[in-house]
Amino acid sequence: MRIKIDDMEFGYSSVPVLNDIVLDLDGPQFVSIIGPNGVGKSTLIHCMNKVLKPTGGTVMINGADIGGMPLKEVAKIVGYVPYTSTDSFPLSVVDTVLMGRSPHNGWRPDDRDLNIVYNILKMLSIDDLAMRPFNELSAGQHQKVMLARGLAQDPQILLLDEPTSNLDIRHQLEVTGILKELSRAHDLLVVMISHDINIAAKFSDKMVLMKEGTIFSVGTPAEVVTESNIRDVYGVECEVIDSDGSPHVILKMPVGWEKGILPGGRAKE
Amino acid sequence: MVSRFDDMFDNSGEIRQYNLRISKKVMFGVICIALALVALGLEICLGKAGIGFIESYTIIWDHITGNIPTDPAGIQKDEIVWNLRIPRALGAFFIGMTLAVCGAAMQSIMKNPLADPYTTGISSGAGFGAILAIALGFCLVPGISGYNATVINAFAFSLLPTLAIVLISRYKRATSTTMILTGLGVMYTFSAMTSLLMLVADPEDHKTAYVWNIGTVGAITWDNIIYITAAAVVAVIFMQIMAKKINILAMSDADAAALGLDAGKVRVHILIVTALTVAMAVSFTGSIGFVGLLAPHVARIFVGSDNRYLIPASAAFGGMLLLYSDCLAKSVGVTGVPVGVVTAAVGGPLFLYVLFRHRKKIWSRGNAH
Repeated sequence: MRIKIDDMEFGYSSVPVLNDIVLDLDGPQFVSIIGPNGVGKSTLIHCMNKVLKPTGGTVMINGADIGGMPLKEVAKIVGYVPYTSTDSFPLSVVDTVLMGRSPHNGWRPDDRDLNIVYNILKMLSIDDLAMRPFNELSAGQHQKVMLARGLAQDPQILLLDEPTSNLDIRHQLEVTGILKELSRAHDLLVVMISHDINIAAKFSDKMVLMKEGTIFSVGTPAEVVTESNIRDVYGVECEVIDSDGSPHVILKMPVGWEKGILPGGRAKE
Repeated sequence: MVSRFDDMFDNSGEIRQYNLRISKKVMFGVICIALALVALGLEICLGKAGIGFIESYTIIWDHITGNIPTDPAGIQKDEIVWNLRIPRALGAFFIGMTLAVCGAAMQSIMKNPLADPYTTGISSGAGFGAILAIALGFCLVPGISGYNATVINAFAFSLLPTLAIVLISRYKRATSTTMILTGLGVMYTFSAMTSLLMLVADPEDHKTAYVWNIGTVGAITWDNIIYITAAAVVAVIFMQIMAKKINILAMSDADAAALGLDAGKVRVHILIVTALTVAMAVSFTGSIGFVGLLAPHVARIFVGSDNRYLIPASAAFGGMLLLYSDCLAKSVGVTGVPVGVVTAAVGGPLFLYVLFRHRKKIWSRGNAH
């Protein structure tokens, strides 16, 4: 499994969002994309499964340009776990996850699809929720159900848009840990957007740091998470220490904070 | 294709349980159909011909088996049942079915519990077409007048709003909001023109147009029932085949794309079939309200929001609902009232009850995270 992006750009009616994106992710691994708000992280992963069509350059999945592939074929290879999922008319957890089988089955799912869905629910230890309405779940359960739906697509590549936002620290570690294990146990190329640099650095094989619509740095967590990179991209002073072999960021203050953030300078004591 | 998640655990118990739940959902449809058969007898025995409830089934059975009575009274009853009451009953059932199925699909694809088959402006278009024929004697097909002119105009004009939406969706993304707003715009335009024609129409035409706008199944005969039946069959089969996709459309469009579905395209396809089948059904009867809104919501309480079961359940319940509504409509006052009055009068309060009693099951919003 391989995602290869060449000179890709994307813009919404002449407003450029992504520029000069070059990225090559090859083989099963756990990749996280980090960067400040609005740098185009979601846009980037939406270009990887054709939810958005790049305005320039190419996105290749397993050697084939997805520009020429039907959406359904892309959906068989690339699974997707959205940031939010509004379910206007709530279904049960089983039926929600069953939708992930959609690219593979005909006009309706059969017992085999159901079997796959129950296997995934059991693997993620959420089979006790099977018959519960999707809208009555907690944030952590909700996130695991959406992950199950992404897995039900039986993808080679799994994209996740901030799967740990709104989760408490235990659930953040749990979900990220599951993703890492899945990449190993099921030969998955997992690409996750994250806002928590430390959790991402702890589990990722590779990290992608984005700044203003471009890729600023790609490499191992130790290569990407450095004091100078965090300062240049986020505008934040920090100290990076080693924690069990992973870089760990200890935050200080935003760059320029001494002068105050409000116009006119810091209030006098 | 083999999945890596094919063989992991033994799920035979869970799958059996899941399928058992499905058979319970199927039971709802079966009960509705059974109740509709009871309503058929009611529909036949209500009226001035003095036919009994049980007798109505005997007459149907005798006609089917070729044992038509030879005495004058028997012949008369057979004719009343076979030529007047049965087409009316079948028509009501099939129109209810079409409206309910399209209503269920519209609610999901518009992600809106207030959506019904008329959301995109079908009824306002049909109303304008009808009054053109009734008040001005104008028909799109030259040389046709009277009831047929109303039917032809209503059918043609009711397709215009959907045509507008389809054209707009070629240039602008066909999101549910675009569609609902376009429908509103078209509706106000047609309503204004209809009001203008109503003002200048003479009193007799005014009454005809008014009754048509409420909706009545009195004009259904063997001549037009074929169209009404065809509309119902097409609507139910198409929506059932699309049910899986309709489920996905109830989520965000980006979600749908990630599952391999072009939401805008599928939405337009469903819209076109809705427009054609609903227009076909209501151009003979006028815009019967509330069935397309209420029936899917009631069905939802019993079978849930999975369109694979909601579509057939809505079909059965909608057909039954309109049939009973017509029974009631026939028995009000001396001459009966248009069925549209009953669906609105019964449907309104019933809808409120359903809304308060089962709000959570029917509709949820903003449950992301």
